[in-house]
Amino acid sequence: MDTTHIADAPPPTPQPSATEQKRAARGATRPGDRIFLGLSRGSGILLLVIMAAIAGFLTYRAALAISKDEGNFLTTFEWNTSATPPVFGIAVLAYGTIVSSIIAMVIAVPIAVSIALFLTHYAPRRLSGPIAYVIDLLAAVPSIVYGLWGALILVPHLNGLNGWLNDYLGWTGIFEWQGGAARSMLTVGILLAIMILPIITNVSREVFRQVPQIHEEAALALGATRWEVIRMAVLPFGRSGVISASMLGLGRALGETMAVATVLSPDFLIHTSLLDPGGGTFAQNIASKFSEATEFGRDALIASGLVLFVITLLVNGAARAIIARRKEYSGANA
Amino acid sequence: MSTAPSLAGKRPSTLRGASLPKWAPWAIGAASIALGFGISTAAGLASDIQWALIAALLYVIGTYVISAWIENRRQAKDRVVTSMVWVAFLLAVVPLASLVWSTVQRGIKVLDGYFLTHSMGVVADSEPGGGIYHAILGTLEQVGLATLIAAPIGVLTAIYLVEYGRGSLARAVTFFVDVMTGIPSIVAGLFILSIMLMFEMEPFGFAGSLALAILMMPVVVRSTEEMLKLVPNELREASLALGVPKWRTIMKVVLPTSLGGIITGIMLSIARIAGETAPVLLLVFGSKFINSNPFDGAQASLPLYIYQQYGSGEAPAYDRAWAASLTLIAFVMILNMVARGIARWKAPKTGR
Amino acid sequence: MAKRIDVSGLNAYYGSFLAIEDISMTVEPRSVTAFIGPSGCGKSTFLRTLNRMHEVTPGGRVEGKVMLDDENLYGAGIDPVAVRREVGMVFQRPNPFPTMSVYDNVAAGLKLNGSYKKSQLDDIVEKSLKGANLWNEVKDRLNKPGSGLSGGQQQRLCIARAIAVEPKVLLMDEPCSALDPISTLAIEDLIGELKERFTIVIVTHNMQQAARVSDRTAFFNLAAVGQPGKLIEIDDTERIFSNPSVQATEDYISGRFG
Repeated sequence: MDTTHIADAPPPTPQPSATEQKRAARGATRPGDRIFLGLSRGSGILLLVIMAAIAGFLTYRAALAISKDEGNFLTTFEWNTSATPPVFGIAVLAYGTIVSSIIAMVIAVPIAVSIALFLTHYAPRRLSGPIAYVIDLLAAVPSIVYGLWGALILVPHLNGLNGWLNDYLGWTGIFEWQGGAARSMLTVGILLAIMILPIITNVSREVFRQVPQIHEEAALALGATRWEVIRMAVLPFGRSGVISASMLGLGRALGETMAVATVLSPDFLIHTSLLDPGGGTFAQNIASKFSEATEFGRDALIASGLVLFVITLLVNGAARAIIARRKEYSGANA
Repeated sequence: MSTAPSLAGKRPSTLRGASLPKWAPWAIGAASIALGFGISTAAGLASDIQWALIAALLYVIGTYVISAWIENRRQAKDRVVTSMVWVAFLLAVVPLASLVWSTVQRGIKVLDGYFLTHSMGVVADSEPGGGIYHAILGTLEQVGLATLIAAPIGVLTAIYLVEYGRGSLARAVTFFVDVMTGIPSIVAGLFILSIMLMFEMEPFGFAGSLALAILMMPVVVRSTEEMLKLVPNELREASLALGVPKWRTIMKVVLPTSLGGIITGIMLSIARIAGETAPVLLLVFGSKFINSNPFDGAQASLPLYIYQQYGSGEAPAYDRAWAASLTLIAFVMILNMVARGIARWKAPKTGR
Repeated sequence: MAKRIDVSGLNAYYGSFLAIEDISMTVEPRSVTAFIGPSGCGKSTFLRTLNRMHEVTPGGRVEGKVMLDDENLYGAGIDPVAVRREVGMVFQRPNPFPTMSVYDNVAAGLKLNGSYKKSQLDDIVEKSLKGANLWNEVKDRLNKPGSGLSGGQQQRLCIARAIAVEPKVLLMDEPCSALDPISTLAIEDLIGELKERFTIVIVTHNMQQAARVSDRTAFFNLAAVGQPGKLIEIDDTERIFSNPSVQATEDYISGRFG
């Protein structure tokens, strides 16, 4: 291929020798090439340095705080950093973060997958394009706006639902309601679900759209109904994509700050009922406690942030691993 | 066709199946809504969420029962899934529509020229008046500085990954770009905060920019990478074969070809960070006054303004929070639409 | 088992575009009918109207009658899902379900229609794979993914999957165009065996193939690009290839166009 290009080249251009070509391909001979490679490689390295610095600085400040903690950092139900000696622990935050994210996932994943199927397989063609566009835009709505809407519009609207849950499911203990404003874990979960819906929908839709036509036609030709086509050809193909989409959504839900901080009325107790106002999440606790925190208090918040950092790293890493496996898998079948 | 009935009488048809008329889903839907509404009224349920949920449930169950009775189990299953998909879609549309509607409806109340051109100055939270000029200024400066940092680094990193990247360094960068995409914004804020604590610095605008830049970089890298990968290899080879050095090939051939897409990616990432509140809260702190110097002293920002106005709990402050939300959404949406417009306009023309 | 197809006055559209116009023909049971003609003449479209797959394409629409023995496929109250169960189809590119094993691929259609015991399923899967001349090659790897087979084996797996539900008619849309000559030969032999049990309609680009496998041949043509495709003539294969009654057929077969 190279030879033809060289033959086409105008005569004044000297033919580069094989070694020159090789060097040119590595891009390191000329000063211009060297500088450019240095800049771009330097940027890449800078990214790695930033990541290392994040881990390093957070760990350092967190260690400062944890070493003076009189309580157990993992199990204490208290956040009192200005006391002497200071007592604080993340048990309530970990519980709240996980519970609210689970609620969000339980609500959002089935609905998001349904909407993705709706857009790719059910909606009239003329509708599905504009709807997908609108969902794209909704993914861009800032979380603080979701928070404002959640606190001022959603919370008052959920009283009826709370009463209902209390009447029919109150006996389980999980849905007991004392009648306070709905600034509870359930509300936070519902709001988080609404917020992560667009991203899960978008990624799932892309995956479903990539299902080869020939597989769907194979199912149709066997006499499958539309649902059976989806079950035989679409869902198996898209399963790992949907899982990784959900993990991306989960990552967002775990780290969401402002929407939780505006909606929840926090305290440092673990409530068995999801309808009780109270509890807290890592991110919300940082935002709420920050302005009154002393320097030591800020270190303690950084310690809790480090835990959040590690959790989101694990979740995102798992999502990426699933996507990577899917690539290999679909490549084998291409 | 006239002979068909007599023949079909002899042997049961395998192709024919009783099927519901086309209008059946609509009828079941209407009946469910009426029933749901009726039940709620009779039982005195106040919330509209409840009757909607009852109606949705009735619709799904009704569809299954009627279809299983008249058609068959397989058809019934198919119809139930269809009805559930529609219900899921409507369930999702309602809150999202409500969000947009309430922001527009409540935000428009105090949003005017005065609001956009004045700061909060000495206006108390409980008084009407005041504006978001200082917040807009702060957001533009913080986001602008973040873009100045993140865009070049992001684009260069992407160039490294696509044009040079082989071996373990490139793999490590790719992996950590992915990891970085998932960092919660508050953690990026805590990172800069931990540096500021080290040097005993007070909050200032540029600190927020640094955190925002960390959030922006991986997004720019990813989108730029996608765009560079779309540039056909033949173009690079043609240029290299003419004896053009690699860096000039990248500057003169590869980047111009993908410029539209790269700009789209950068604009989308700006839209993403413009709405970030958490790092700004930690690092910039917020202010009621106009501070045009991002390198000294606390600044305001639009998302932070919304949070603080909401936090004050006064009715006039709520109005201002909604108006600021509307401004922020409008800003983000315009960025999004312009970016997508550029993408469409610059997209390689496909046949037909 | 096999059924006769009787088409009269059939038009098929893509949106407002008329793709094939006014086609009438009879396809005899327990025989192979081949459709030949230049690209874009609508032979594949016509094939897809025979099991109501055409209407799956966005904008796809059909007018006219297709009688399967004594029932009109496009009559009122006909369930397209049931039609496709009776009229099986094999596609141009082999398309086994990539996430399913060889066994599950063959059993896929059966599992849709009622419940079978494991032993019954085993029997049908074995019988279908034998029917598709694939049993000996895959009997030791029934639980391996179907996508791991070679192209020709995958296509025979698709045939096994189609015949497992005992359709009355088997439609084949250029089943060999993606295969090498040896795999093609295997499929052609198979078609010769299958016509004992099924009514077979095959679309092919390859005139030698039509001459080798079919009993009757239909020639489709179109006046110009953008014009609807039409049936020019249908006759015994021998006559079409030796002494066709229409000049255009002879021109096409002797390679003067197309």
